[in-house]
Amino acid sequence: MNTPRLEARHLTKRYPVGGRKGSLLHAVDDVDLVIQPGECVGLVGESGCGKSTLARLLARLIDPSEGTIHLDGHDTTALSQAAFVKSPDRARIQVVFQDPTESLNPSFRVYRSISDPITRLLGVEDTGELFDRVHRAADLVGLPRELIQRYPHQLSGGQRARVGIARAIAVEPSLLILDEPTSALDVSVQAVILRLLADLRERLGMSYLFVSHDLNVVRLLCTRIVVMYLGRVVEVAPTEQLFTAPRHPYTQALVAAIPDPARRDEQRPRLDGSPRSPIDPDPNTCRFHGRCPIGAERCTQEAPVLRTMGDDHVAACHFA
Amino acid sequence: MSALLAIEELSLVFRTRHGTVRALEDVSLTVDRGEIVGVVGESGSGKSVMAYAALGLQDAAAQVLGGRILFGGLDMLNAAPDVLAATRGREVAMIFQSPRTALNPIRKVGQQIADVLLEHTTFRGAALRAQVIEALSRVRIPDPERRAEAYPFELSGGMCQRVMIAMALACSPALLIADEPTTGLDVTTQAVIMDLVREMSRTSRMSTLLITHDLGLAGEYCDRIAVMHAGHIVEIAPTVELLARPAHPYTRQLLASTPTPRTTIADLVSIPGQLPDLRQELPACRFSARCERHIPLCDERPLPWTVVAPGHAVRCRVPL
Ligand SMILES: Nc1ncnc2c1ncn2[C@@H]1O[C@H](COP(=O)(O)OP(=O)(O)O)[C@@H](O)[C@H]1O
Ligand SMILES: Nc1ncnc2c1ncn2[C@@H]1O[C@H](COP(=O)(O)OP(=O)(O)O)[C@@H](O)[C@H]1O
Ligand code: SF4
Ligand SMILES: [Mg+2]
Ligand SMILES: [Mg+2]
Repeated sequence: MNTPRLEARHLTKRYPVGGRKGSLLHAVDDVDLVIQPGECVGLVGESGCGKSTLARLLARLIDPSEGTIHLDGHDTTALSQAAFVKSPDRARIQVVFQDPTESLNPSFRVYRSISDPITRLLGVEDTGELFDRVHRAADLVGLPRELIQRYPHQLSGGQRARVGIARAIAVEPSLLILDEPTSALDVSVQAVILRLLADLRERLGMSYLFVSHDLNVVRLLCTRIVVMYLGRVVEVAPTEQLFTAPRHPYTQALVAAIPDPARRDEQRPRLDGSPRSPIDPDPNTCRFHGRCPIGAERCTQEAPVLRTMGDDHVAACHFA
Repeated sequence: MSALLAIEELSLVFRTRHGTVRALEDVSLTVDRGEIVGVVGESGSGKSVMAYAALGLQDAAAQVLGGRILFGGLDMLNAAPDVLAATRGREVAMIFQSPRTALNPIRKVGQQIADVLLEHTTFRGAALRAQVIEALSRVRIPDPERRAEAYPFELSGGMCQRVMIAMALACSPALLIADEPTTGLDVTTQAVIMDLVREMSRTSRMSTLLITHDLGLAGEYCDRIAVMHAGHIVEIAPTVELLARPAHPYTRQLLASTPTPRTTIADLVSIPGQLPDLRQELPACRFSARCERHIPLCDERPLPWTVVAPGHAVRCRVPL
């Protein structure tokens, strides 16, 4: 068996709640995630379910409350976050954030935005080598060289997205985490960026964790999809299977909610209400209970765990 | 048969320090009773400007160069301010993209709905209270009695949006103008809200102008769709017809760049170039610089409409 690119076990992040002594917000709760070399895994779920927190945990931008992360076999959680920043593993995992306007320093020219991580993470100081690496990254993402001396505000949304990606791949990561990389873009620009990402993965052999709320987008790039609900993974399945035969009632509602002109007049099941509070959730109640169309007595007595539904397919529901 | 809302050959510019922005040129659109009409296009194409103009709401910098807007026979561009205000509140309702800024942060949401009803209906006392609860439960807000007592900050973004919609629908408006009403909401919530809008148009003959950048959403819910590009409506058709037989090259490209549940990454096409700068001299067809079908005739004014099928018109010299 190959070493997975990424293997997270029991990953948990709880935040103390201001003003309520002893109360904890369960942002990410006991998540297991494995990503193979070259694999692209999608991560979906409604806002607030913990996608960005999980992304930040994996990139070691924040410390987990519990759990371990192995990257190419190295335990990155053995180091404190401060020590990890200086470790060689830091360059292997890179994050591309949703809004490049926020993640790019407005007072840095494109050149500096891309070269900065190369110096910081790979220790490259030589101006000639730096120049080559910046230009190689810019070429890879199709960023015209004349834009390299510009500031972010002088770029279009699509160009800024390219800079965000160039900056991440310049340090040759083995895993790229993309947190809603196209949700601020118009569809025509999104199309270019999605094709670019597909092409880069093929050429550079990176693995992706692709976070998005748009299932039509996730489908295009990912071979396997992880569905989260209120901090927990509720279903993992190969892409086509997740769309055609979702097993968890939340996934079923999610898939049914995708707008689709081909199903204009079909009545589809709808999900009412809003999720329960992520603060001090009852460990013996399913997180989806109260909103779930099935919701039986058993669901309030015993929290469901992930069970095998078939090849490579798991779901956490008593009735799945 | 006359339409409830008729925008006729509307041209509107913004006079700014940096020049004249030709935001709308010769825009015509009608919405019949009970009809849902979608307006789609990239950001900056003039969708919001048109929506506000339809309500007789314009920025101080705006100047109408020509055209008319008729709402139930009322001339919205020349009506007295008090007549306009009364019409807007009672017969036309608008939903904006960011509900939090549209709600009063220091007033309970139930009171805000009551305010609207007090102004425009004869409900008082217990009957008024009942109407408020009814308005909240219609948008499927769970536990409406308790939610009525909440302040906006105590509710999630999705809940606030539903309160906004409850408020907009409370007086049973004849026309709903919804500008990106579900952008930023989870797809499951989006589906519930859009189902409700559709139900209102079927049961109460409410007319809806749905502005969205999401062709999939427009494709599922609208009866007709107008495609906007750089301040022009370039094509208008019944939804099924538009999606099956787009006649304008821009519409075809917009469709090809929008992921659907059946798209593959190889199908995904982007639109070359970008929207022209609306402050510069513009050609007769504002898409010409991006268009692969462009011929010299395209530059001759005026650019005529061609009817390619019943109810299906396109503003292109070389339609598909
Ligand atoms: N730094 C933080 N402190 C406290 N709570 C947080 C923090 N970051 C995120 N959360 C909470 O954790 C939950 C998950 O948030 P997030 O990971 O951003 O969700 P998503 O990306 O899926 O929208 C939310 O309830 C959010 O309010
Ligand atoms: N108050 C204003 N002053 C100057 N230009 C404006 C103003 N409002 C909108 N515009 C311009 O009008 C065009 C259309 O904008 P808008 O209707 O907001 O586009 P959309 O809603 O389709 O994204 C844009 O070029 C925008 O910059
Ligand atoms: S375990 Fe029960 S409440 Fe949870 S998803 Fe399944 S049926 Fe619904
Ligand atoms: Mg997030
Ligand atoms: Mg707009």
